[in-house]
Amino acid sequence: MAKLSLKIITPSRNMFDGEADMVVMRTISGDVGILHGHQPMVTILDYGILSIKIDGEEKKAAVLGGFAEINSEGMSILTDAAEWDAEIDVVRAKQAKERAEARLKNAQSNIDLKRAELALKRALVRLDLGEK
Amino acid sequence: MASMRDIKRRIKSVNSTQQITKAMNLVASSKLNRAKARFNDTKPYFDATRNVITNVVKGSKGVSSVFMQERNEAKKSLFIVIAGDRGLCGGYNSNVCKKALEILSSKENSIVITVGNKARDFFKHKNVEVVKAFKDISEKPTYSDAFILGNEAIKLYEKGEVDEVYFVYTEFITTLTSEPKAIKLLPLDPKDFEDEKPHSSTLTIYEPDEEAVLNYVIPKYINTVIFGGMVESAVCELSSRMTAMDSATENATEMIDNLNLVYNRVRQGAITQEITEIVSGSNALE
Repeated sequence: MAKLSLKIITPSRNMFDGEADMVVMRTISGDVGILHGHQPMVTILDYGILSIKIDGEEKKAAVLGGFAEINSEGMSILTDAAEWDAEIDVVRAKQAKERAEARLKNAQSNIDLKRAELALKRALVRLDLGEK
Repeated sequence: MASMRDIKRRIKSVNSTQQITKAMNLVASSKLNRAKARFNDTKPYFDATRNVITNVVKGSKGVSSVFMQERNEAKKSLFIVIAGDRGLCGGYNSNVCKKALEILSSKENSIVITVGNKARDFFKHKNVEVVKAFKDISEKPTYSDAFILGNEAIKLYEKGEVDEVYFVYTEFITTLTSEPKAIKLLPLDPKDFEDEKPHSSTLTIYEPDEEAVLNYVIPKYINTVIFGGMVESAVCELSSRMTAMDSATENATEMIDNLNLVYNRVRQGAITQEITEIVSGSNALE
């Protein structure tokens, strides 16, 4: 089966540049799986786990927002922050989760609430992947 | 003519200045290498984001976003100026500030957001309102710094407090040359993307729809431009500091050489005079 060329780019590094059999990502309208030869598409990503299948093996990463573009040349995922499962600092994510939960309880304003919610979401994605 | 002691003191002071400039040169050049590596790392993200924008803008004719609509009257402009915290780097700081001032003076009403103490001081001195000044980030900018700055600018634009946003930074050409550059960030001009060819067809699907994608991607793009500009400016600051310190060290060497020459001449003169005095003294005794 033909492979899909995939690039994952964050502002500070080129995280992945290679070929994959299948990519499953979390977009804001649900999980989407991409194979080689997909129709051109631009989509917004949600906080979630990205999984890449290469030769029967599965690689997982936490992707925190961003967007994905698929065109005739392949697929690029552009995100503000992404980490491979092995890179996740579980202790830190746990602390972040507790902090965010505490903030949610005593949030003063709407902005605080939103910020804490996002932080909690990020922490949960990281924990979800990191503890596997 | 200055006395021997004065010249000696002067040589000593030039020498210690030279030691400082030499050290600064070395520090700048090692930092420059790191900054260059960072600059190269940020390039792919920037290029890819720009590509997506180009595709969306060209592929979705007629779709417009708040960020692309030209406002009838540009009453108030926001300038984001990237300079350094410290001096001793040739014309780096003043060049970029002057460039910003050049465009700023053609506008009726402007406010600025500055990065670096030098830019803040410059605009305060010129009586331009500085809404926000960032410091301690110019040498090693991170994406989150750019994110904060970008969001600030986008917020002002969305609220209608400013009608256009300019971004002034320094473009890196070679280690010896860099040039201040100003670009218009908002409203985004679709014409900017016209000469780039898209590689996607009109069949592209946008999830959830074109407008949502544009409204999501454009702020990201702006943050990326700001981040890229900050990283590039950091490279320029270090390279111009390195060049400035290199020529300062060279000038100091030349100065020490000249002073040594003068010192020796004065010393010789003093010896000659002493001998003449002794000879004439002994002559008088005979």
